[in-house]
Amino acid sequence: METRLLRTDREVGIIGYGAYIPRYRLPATEVARIWTGGEGETPVTEKAVAGPDEDVVTISIEAARNALARAGNVDPALIRAVWVGSESHPYAVKPTSTILAEAIGATPYVQAGDWEFACKAGTEALQAAIGFVGSGMGRYALAVGADTAQARPGDALEYTAASGGAAYLVGPAEEALAVVEGSLSYVTDTPDFWRRAYQHYPSHGGRFTGEPAYFKHIAEAARALMEALGTTPADYDYAVFHQPNVKFPQTVARQLGFKPEQIGAGLLADRIGNTYAGSSLIGLTAILDGARPDQRILLVSFGSGAGSDAISLRTTEAIRERQGRAPATQDYIARRTVIDYGLYVRFRGKLRV
Amino acid sequence: MGLPSKNWRLRNQRYRLVGEICEKCGTPIFPPRDVCPECEGPAQTPYVFSGRGEVYSYSTVYHPPAEFERYAPYTVALVRLEEGPMLTAQLTDVAPEEVYIGMPVEMVTRQLQTEGDEGVIAYGYKFRPLIR
Repeated sequence: METRLLRTDREVGIIGYGAYIPRYRLPATEVARIWTGGEGETPVTEKAVAGPDEDVVTISIEAARNALARAGNVDPALIRAVWVGSESHPYAVKPTSTILAEAIGATPYVQAGDWEFACKAGTEALQAAIGFVGSGMGRYALAVGADTAQARPGDALEYTAASGGAAYLVGPAEEALAVVEGSLSYVTDTPDFWRRAYQHYPSHGGRFTGEPAYFKHIAEAARALMEALGTTPADYDYAVFHQPNVKFPQTVARQLGFKPEQIGAGLLADRIGNTYAGSSLIGLTAILDGARPDQRILLVSFGSGAGSDAISLRTTEAIRERQGRAPATQDYIARRTVIDYGLYVRFRGKLRV
Repeated sequence: MGLPSKNWRLRNQRYRLVGEICEKCGTPIFPPRDVCPECEGPAQTPYVFSGRGEVYSYSTVYHPPAEFERYAPYTVALVRLEEGPMLTAQLTDVAPEEVYIGMPVEMVTRQLQTEGDEGVIAYGYKFRPLIR
């Protein structure tokens, strides 16, 4: 069992974390008003929408600045990797990560790269950062998951495809606010959701999206990690799962044996939608904002195509003084300006003139 | 093709407000100009500004140049940084009617302009109301 774990040579943890959620909200009733005559249930109440001057670069920069603020006096020149996971990098060719590295003062002696794996690109970058620091290649590595997710107008995904991101500075365990207890990754070739080159909008494989994709990968990854670590759901104070809507994470949590109060703090989809690569990672920032020392957190992401990364964390005494050093996730959720479908169409570039 | 080279040259000041500080009288300087405007002493030591300041004055643009049409209407402000220097910048995440003289603001890095669908995206500082 132990061999399924992604093992590090030395203990690592999260030194700083930060979220960013744009100011604008599109209520699901607006999407329904345009496409269904206002009829039918909606999967979330509203979603976060990037403003006209925002993209994955700008979202990553603010999340990363918040992570560095929480980390305190870490010299950005000591960060040896800056990695951004997203399915909406602003350029097809030209890295997001070099712009981010420049903006936080980490250039030039730094590994920079963009990661891609649908909604789990962010945890993929985080897991790689854990390995990078855990092998001793660098003292610090920065991992970001961020998206400005696009959905075809009228598609069911338009209710939820949202914008936002979160950043994590990974470093040695002795400086961490949360120590990584273990992690693993579970992937298969599953055709549940994809976007071909040069296409603006993704396609999804109807019947594949639920059971064989989301539920199977998350449940298998979560069970395998808990088995390897010898933990059970009762050992965790919090759990956070990828949240493409509200029901999926609630259902997988119940299937695994987690109680509603364990997932409440990190379940944000109803208020911000599905931020894709940011989704489970923003849920984790919201949990860390309110966690106390010596609490255990299970994070399981999901990315279409398909796979899940599972990470078990335990908070330390250091979390207390770092929580307040940057805006909380709920501060961004409370900063809220509602827009209508017309302004949404303009902001997201769906109107070509 | 002026945009890529200009933005590349100015990236330190545009991305993260790197100015200079006067080695003689200690005046923080933005934008960097290598000579202190106060004492005319040499000033080549980099100095990173906090990004906090307040609106000194402002004007809202309803008929922008073509490359800024995406953001209209938007407000341009003179921002007095807390370290002293004044700069001109676009405000963001704020409706024109919410802006007032003395409004506390903080720096964010946003898209400034793009060269159509094929050219580079220029990023740089804008200011917005404090998050908290």
